[in-house]
Formats: sequence, C-alpha cells, structure tokens
Amino acid sequence: MTETQSDGAFVAFERVQKSYDGETLVVKDLNLAMPKGEFLTMLGPSGSGKTTCLMMLAGFETATHGEIRLGGKGINNIPPHKRGIGMVFQNYALFPHMTVAENLSFPLEVRKMPKAERKAKVERALDMVQMSAFGGRRPAQLSGGQQQRIALARALVFEPELVLMDEPLGALDKQLREHMQYEIKHLHDRLGVTVVYVTHDQSEALTMSDRIAVFNDGVVQQLAPPEVLYEKPDNAFVAGFIGENNRLEGRVTAIEGEEAVVEIDGQASVRASAIACGGAGERTLLSIRPERVILGDTGAPNALSGKVVELIYLGDHIRCRMEVAGHDDFIVKIPNSHAHAALTVGETTPIGWQTDDCRALDAA
Amino acid sequence: MSTTAETLSSDAPSPEAQEAASETDARGRLLAADGTPLKLSLARALRRQKLRALALVAPLLFFVLVSFIFPIGGMLLRSVQNDIVPDTLPRTIAALEDWDPASDVLPGEPAFAALYTDLVVATERKTHTRLGSRLNYAAGGYSSMLRKSGRLVADFHLDWFEKKVSRDWDEPEVFTALFGEGEGPAAQALPKTAAAYAAWAEEMREQGEDPAKEEPWDLVYAALVEDLRAGGPALTGYSGPQAELIAETLAKIGEYDPPSYTDAFIKSDKDWGDPDNWAIIHQLSGRYTSSYFLAAADLERNTDGEIVDKPEEESIYIFLFERTLFLSLTITFSCLLLGYPIAWLLSNLPLRISNLLLILVLLPFWTSLLVRTSAWIVLLQQEGVINDLLVSVGILSDSGRLQMMFNQTGTIIAMTHILLPFMILPLYSVMKTIKPNYLRAAKSLGATDWTAFWRVYFPNTVPGIGAGAILVFILSIGYYITPELVGGTEGVFISNRIAYHISSSLNWGLAAALASLLLIVVLALYWVYDRIVGIDNVKLG
Ligand SMILES: Nc1ncnc2c1ncn2[C@@H]1O[C@H](COP(=O)(O)OP(=O)(O)OP(=O)(O)O)[C@@H](O)[C@H]1O
Ligand SMILES: [Mg+2]
Repeated sequence: MTETQSDGAFVAFERVQKSYDGETLVVKDLNLAMPKGEFLTMLGPSGSGKTTCLMMLAGFETATHGEIRLGGKGINNIPPHKRGIGMVFQNYALFPHMTVAENLSFPLEVRKMPKAERKAKVERALDMVQMSAFGGRRPAQLSGGQQQRIALARALVFEPELVLMDEPLGALDKQLREHMQYEIKHLHDRLGVTVVYVTHDQSEALTMSDRIAVFNDGVVQQLAPPEVLYEKPDNAFVAGFIGENNRLEGRVTAIEGEEAVVEIDGQASVRASAIACGGAGERTLLSIRPERVILGDTGAPNALSGKVVELIYLGDHIRCRMEVAGHDDFIVKIPNSHAHAALTVGETTPIGWQTDDCRALDAA
Repeated sequence: MSTTAETLSSDAPSPEAQEAASETDARGRLLAADGTPLKLSLARALRRQKLRALALVAPLLFFVLVSFIFPIGGMLLRSVQNDIVPDTLPRTIAALEDWDPASDVLPGEPAFAALYTDLVVATERKTHTRLGSRLNYAAGGYSSMLRKSGRLVADFHLDWFEKKVSRDWDEPEVFTALFGEGEGPAAQALPKTAAAYAAWAEEMREQGEDPAKEEPWDLVYAALVEDLRAGGPALTGYSGPQAELIAETLAKIGEYDPPSYTDAFIKSDKDWGDPDNWAIIHQLSGRYTSSYFLAAADLERNTDGEIVDKPEEESIYIFLFERTLFLSLTITFSCLLLGYPIAWLLSNLPLRISNLLLILVLLPFWTSLLVRTSAWIVLLQQEGVINDLLVSVGILSDSGRLQMMFNQTGTIIAMTHILLPFMILPLYSVMKTIKPNYLRAAKSLGATDWTAFWRVYFPNTVPGIGAGAILVFILSIGYYITPELVGGTEGVFISNRIAYHISSSLNWGLAAALASLLLIVVLALYWVYDRIVGIDNVKLG
C-alpha cells in the first residue's frame, strides 16, 4: 500500500484494480513489490480478492486497470502459457487421465524437451517430494497429502522462477497441513524460487512467510514480516485478524511524542504507542496481546484491575477471561509456571502492561 | 473368513481380547453373538434385503417378460421355424425321404400321389396358398403351381364319376345314405371309401361344417376307385342303400383310365416336371430351417444342398446392412461434430443461461418425431424452402435445384437433427464435471490453448463421447420412421426392410432373421467397442 519503489522488484503490482461486473472493485489500487526469492503470503478473509490477484498474475484474469510486471517487464499482454509461472491450485488440478509421472512430464513435453532429459527431471522432481515410488499411479490412487506433493512437484519441475500457490493445503487435515507447511518452506529455502502463497489460515501465513500481505476488502491492509505484523499491527483490522487481541475503546486525551494518553471509557487513563489514532479528542481502539498483559501489582506503567470471570486450563498455559473496564471478554494468558499464583474465579486482581505493548489504533 | 480371522488374531495386540470378541466354532468359522456361524447370519440378513430388492423390481420384470422378452423371443424363433411345409405336405415329405435331390431325376409316382393327397387336404383347409407363399420365398413360381394344382386335385377323380357314371355322385345325400350310420353294409363293401369319408367328415366337423350338406373331397373318390377295382364278394353282392348306383359304377369301372398323378401334375403346370422345384421342397422339409438366415445374408442353398451366394441382382441385404452401418456411423460422427461445441458451450455458461439452452436442446423431444421429420421434408425438398431461397438469391438456377431429400443426404440431415440431443446430453453432463482448473493448470504449465484442450480437456470428455456415440449409433442403426419418410430408395435402412417383411410381404421368418442378424451385429460392435473404449469408461454423467 505504501510501496512505490517497485523498480528492480521481481514481481510488481502497480495501481492494479479489478472489477468483474463493472460495479464493484474486487481489488482496489493494489501496489506490491517482491524481490526475487521471497516467500510472500496473501492472507485475508474469504472474498477479499486474494485468488483474483493470483489469477491476474498467472494470466487467467486481466487487470481492469494498472500494470503487473514480472522481471521488470509488463505482462498484461502475455498469454498465461508464456508467462512461465508455476501454479499449485486449491484442489491440485492433477490431470486425472495421466499417471503421476505423465503429469510431471506434461510441462516438459509442451516445452519440447528431449525424452531422456524429461525422464531425468521427472525423477528428480519426484525425489524432491519423496514420491519416487508413485510415478506409475493415477492421481485418484493417491491420498490428499500425496496429491498435494505431486501438484507441488509439477509446479516446480519446469523450474519456473515464480510459483503461485492458492490455498494448497486447504483440503488437508491439521497434522498433515503442518507437516506440509515445513516441507514447502524447506523446498523454498533450497530452490530459492519466488513464491506467492495464498491462504486464509493466519498460523500458516506466520509459519511460512518472509512477508505477509493482509488483504481485506480488496485492499492490502499491511504488508510486513510476520513478527512485525503480529507485534506492530498498523490498524484494527490487522490486529484483530492476526492472533488473539484484546480491545479496549477510549478517547485520546493527549499525544506525547510517540505515545498517546488514552482515557478508557469511564476508567483510568493509560498510555499506549500512538500508531493510527488521531489527535487529542479522537476516539481510538487500544490493542493488547493477551500474553503481554502483566498480572499482579508489579509496578507496570499502566495499571488497571480486572475481575476473573472464567479460567480454562490448557496445559502449557491458563486462559483467564476477565472483566476489565466494563468489557468481560478481556483475555489474559498465564504461563503455567510456579512464578504465578493460582487465581480463583470471582477474584479481583491488578493488571498492567508496558506502554510499548499497547497500541492505539483507528477506532473501527 | 478363517484367513481373515487368523490375520486378525496374529496382528492383534492381545489374542484373548480378540477371542472374546468373536467366538469360533469347531471348524474355525467365526460365530455371531447368538452362536450361529457369522457367514450364515450375514447371509440371512442379506437375504431379506435381496428379497425386498426383488419385490421392488418384480412388477417391471413381469411386465418386461410378458410384453417384451416372450414376444421378442417368439418372434426371433420364427427366423428358424418352418412348420408350414412339414404341416401342409407331411405325406409328400415322407415320400421324398429316399429321393436324392442331387440326382436330377424326378421323384417317382408315389411322391406325386402323396402330393395329390396333401394338396386335397390343403385345398380343403385353404392352407395351400400359405404354402405357396412360403415356398415362393425360396424360389418363384410355387404360388401359381399350387393354385393350378389345387384346381386339378379338386375333382381329379370326381370328374369321371360325375360325367361318365352319374350326376348323383356329387350329391352329399348319396354318401350320407351309404356311410351315415357308421358300420353298415356299404362300409363292408367299400371299406377304404368308408374310411376316407369318415376322415373327411371328421375334418368337416372340425371346420364347423355339416358333412351331410357338402360334397366330399376328392380323396373319397380316389378310395372309391380303389374299392371298386378291388371288387370282392361284399361288393358284388351289395344290396344296401344306393345299390343301383354302386352296381352301375362297378360295371363301368373297367372303363376308367385316369392319367398317372405324375402326368396330371406336369400337365397342370410343367414346373412340376423340374426336379429343382422338388429339391426345394425337399430342402424345406424340416421343422427348423436355416433358409431365412441364409436369405438374410444373401446366401442360398443350391439344389445340391451347398451354401452359395445369391445371384448379384437378388443380393440386397448385405448391401443394406453395410449401408445401415455406414449411415449410422456418419450420423454418429456428425452428431459428435455438431454436439461437442454445443455441449462445451452449455457446460461453460452460467447455470441460468445454460439451463435455458438445455431446454432448447430438449425442445425437439416435445414435438412428435413425425412432425419433425415432415418439417425437414418441407425444408429440404426440391421445391422446398431452402432450395427456393437459394434460387431466389441466385446461388442456384431453377433447373439446378439441389436434391437433398429422399436420398442419403436427407436421411443423414434429418436423423442427425433428431438424434443430436442424445449426443449433447451425455457430453454435457460429463463436461460439467471437468473442473476449469484443469485447463488453467495446463496453460500455467506452458500448454497453448490447443494443447491444453487436446491433451487435457478432450481425454476427460472421452467417456461422454463414448456414451453419446453408443447411444446415437445404436438408436440410428435400428431407426425406421425417418429413413422411411425421407430416405427415398437410397436412404433406407435395414429396419425398413424388416418392417416391409413384417407388414407387407408377410415373410415374418425373414424379418425375424434380419432382426436377429441386426441384433448380432450390434452385439458384436458392442463387444468391439468394449475392447477399444472399455465400457467402464462410458459415463452418462
Ligand atoms: N469470476 C468471477 N466473476 C465475478 N465475481 C467474481 C469472480 N471471481 C471472484 N469474484 C468475486 O470477487 C471477490 C473476490 O474473490 P476471490 O476469489 O479473489 O476471493 P478470495 O480472497 O480468493 O476468497 P477465498 O479465500 O474464499 O478463496 C468475491 O467477492 C467474489 O465473489
Ligand atoms: Mg480463493
């Protein structure tokens, strides 16, 4: 969104807009630049335009406005088969009438590669995804995870510089999904290809990406590395979408340099880093991660008190739901260690946080 | 079952637990909870399901059996049945038993005598014309031979009695008086005549007529001649009813010198003197015959009993079969050519529009086949809409109007139109299941539009093509109405010939043989098809 310096980038979207029906913009003013070798994830709720962006990049949809560049050249008028972009589809789209090996050799055949070379490459690709024994099978005879690997191998076998993946793990169960996330990540590290990855699973995005573009409503809300996204969300949407997040509404009473003084409705005044709040007098939304809340009277700069409403034992930590400043959905994660005294439901306890950990954002 | 049990217990972590869960009996079979062998109780449980399934299909099964399988079976049986000849000429066939049809000599007098007897009976029963038509299927001329001989045998002996002895001999009362009371003196004097009369009277009663009012058939007179010639004391001393007439006849019998049956038959129609005509009767003497099938395949038996090709000008069926196959293939192919793009379009349009278009595809089913076919006649005939248009635009001259109807072109056009939905529907439903992502995947992998279509899309539509092609082909190979109406002479199918033999020439045996051959051809093609395409690959949706 703030990216303008797209010269020299490997993949670049410049002021791209897309509308299917001429009435609503599905993608609004997309600006995005990726260096070579990056693993970029498009993350966002359903219908936010992720697939549309991917399809424009792959050439199956045309941008209504703006330019998409690949390796410095505009590709708006290059047909999909000449773009040399590998693609993994949501449901793999393995050709059902071909064996696994034939599927892999298809992109090589259409490139008129000699047979011996083809065979070697197919074997190497199968090896890469540890599926060497399955070359003779039909896709229907493979499990979901195996099909996924073949789809991956097929997108990589012709050595494209850019690979697009549209929710490739969406159909897998949780365990397999996590396993495949690591495998894809390792492949990316090993081969150095540039990857654009689409998902609406935030933990997947956090695990795998170099950078994440959070989409909402056709606009990139924030484009940043995972840790920045998590710890320093730019706005209320990103804060709410990535990870768990406590929200407290209030009004800015003063801006002091980087910090804002916020009066929580009907309660004490606290300090927070001023990120996207307006000036004094504006309403704002405070965002604090549950694990950053400090329990007990430890002299934290921002002190409030909360009443324990519910305690959930989760093994490594305890989730504590509290009533704070009139909101009864304030969550605190308490590590399950000796350092923490046991709480009981109904008890009132002091809470606090570091000013850095609390961010004053736009009032959504 | 027992092997499963073994593997189960060998894999299971604790064999005791396994044993507790499923007991086995002395023979190692698994037992169900109530102690019956598991297999048995499973079969019992399944039996109820099977019975229910059977009860559900029973009405249809019954309907199909009664209204379809049995009649069709009976019809197909006709292709080998040949009851007419042995039923009508039993004595002749018996007499021909020792005759060698390859010898090229006429059968002897006994065969002609037997023919005389058979024909008298056949004429009386009016079955001789049916026999004539049946024999005519094998070679021409029999109908007229039998018609003439029918007149000959009607009064072969009676003629003499009537003209040379007394008019009284053709009076029914004379015979009633002689043999009316069964065992009378007349029956002793004329035993053979009495027997012949009794046989005839029986026949009359069977036909619902009164023998006392009818002139007896000529066999009675033949027997009378024999009796009179044999003479004997009972006859010379006869004094029963009609004694005067008998005495007078007996006195004159010496003068009676009828021609031999052989001569009489040949005189009535010289074809009876041709051994080949007898050879055909001999060939057709069995109750079952291959002659219909031979005829359906343009073959026949020569007089030596060998199977040979029919003369060129009489061979039509093989040619018709070939034409039917060729036209059906052409129609199937043009349906595919026209239907494939339509099905593709339908499967790629938004559902609302494609449903509307699908209704248009099905629209032809709402109008009668006859109307549609006639509409094609209106359009395509020489004075029809299309020709008129082409002439008025100046593309054709008035004398150069295209002949598009009443020939193969007409058949192909009209049938392609009529059968098109049967191609489009299976194609459409198969294409509907092909995800657009396949094409996209192919293109992203570097395939051009054409390669993506040919290597990825097309192979996935093969099951639909298979289903559509087999539907259209099998429907068209047996099609009747449209070729009949628009095919002229060049464009008719084998079914039109079958229909002709069923309803016009009444040669049901040949019709049945042609139909059976058609069935065999279709089954053979189906087998080939299964070999090439694989019937499991056929999908209707
Ligand atoms: N072919 C199309 N024609 C019309 N509208 C479309 C088309 N494809 C997508 N849309 C609309 O565009 C918007 C964005 O769709 P898109 O598929 O890009 O979402 P997405 O972010 O990939 O969602 P998901 O996570 O559910 O896959 C949606 O509102 C969708 O209805
Ligand atoms: Mg999507």
